[in-house]
Amino acid sequence: MNHGIDFLWVYLQTTPLLGLGITLLAYQAAQKISGRFGASTLANPMLIAVGLIVVLLLATGTPYPVYFQGAQYIHVLLGPATVALAVPMYANINQIHRSAAAILPAILAGSAVAAASAMAIAHLLGASRQTVLSLAPKSVTTPIAMGIAEQIGGQPSLTAVFVLLTGIVSIMLAGPVARALGVTDWRAVGLAAGTAGHGLATARVLLLNETAGAFGGLAIGLNGLFTSLIVPLLAEAMAWLMPQ
Amino acid sequence: MLRTLTILIACQFVGEVAARAGNLPLPGPVIGLVLLLGWLIWRGGPDAEMRENCSGLLRHLLLLFVPAGVGIVTQLDVLRQNLVPALVAIVVSTALGLGVTGWLMQRLSRGTRR
Repeated sequence: MNHGIDFLWVYLQTTPLLGLGITLLAYQAAQKISGRFGASTLANPMLIAVGLIVVLLLATGTPYPVYFQGAQYIHVLLGPATVALAVPMYANINQIHRSAAAILPAILAGSAVAAASAMAIAHLLGASRQTVLSLAPKSVTTPIAMGIAEQIGGQPSLTAVFVLLTGIVSIMLAGPVARALGVTDWRAVGLAAGTAGHGLATARVLLLNETAGAFGGLAIGLNGLFTSLIVPLLAEAMAWLMPQ
Repeated sequence: MLRTLTILIACQFVGEVAARAGNLPLPGPVIGLVLLLGWLIWRGGPDAEMRENCSGLLRHLLLLFVPAGVGIVTQLDVLRQNLVPALVAIVVSTALGLGVTGWLMQRLSRGTRR
């Protein structure tokens, strides 16, 4: 009997079905769990699904590549989904056009400051080079952030975790920072949330004000583009300032 | 669905090729996004099918991060060793980013219509 189970396990490890099925199951379970916690940010379905699968892999001693052999069929859709972000961006095109003179410099400055300060602080506090590079795109929406991390030699899965943490922190800080600086214009509040805290912070400001949500939405896409251009330059500057 | 998927993959493919051939620092899918955005502007917007398909795909965007997110199992030591500097960097840089963008946006758009 035991031999039968061993045989089955050996077989399952060679098919992609296991990794694929577990990912779909864990995600749907995570959606249910997250639904019970309402709008709580920590109950993010992605975070819960990752947690469930990590525990399962550690408990069964399954190496990540065995899991990824199946999960890659879901992972490969991340590229087309990133391209599809053009559709919601297009929906905001008139707004972008109308206030380009304010929006573009504001996002560009916020994007550069967030990335450069994160890299500098982490480096000064003794983080490893790979951690610093993985942190650089943390304010960007996850699919673009992981693409940037891969491009500059960071670790995309570390980046995914940092992006999530950044979203949670920006939800907590968006209100206090706006009050401290006297920012009362909802367009500015929304743009700041989308630039510094991508979709998570945007979803939160959308609950407060619809204009803020719309400006957050357009900031997500534009910040993704700007950060894609800025971070490789920062990474090069870092390599030049601090040769390995 | 098939038409939308073909367009998305074609945009990504051209983006990946352009990134490598042109030695561009942008990720291939981001170039694909710009291409699709240009195409949508040229066409005057997505048709109903494409809008529906893309919103369907983006509705499950979180699922698509899971396989890469699970990769954190290979990075647990790195995460543990760098957690404090990373958290400090995230909190401070997020506050700076929020402040700079919000303040600049409010200043530059003062007096324009909402």
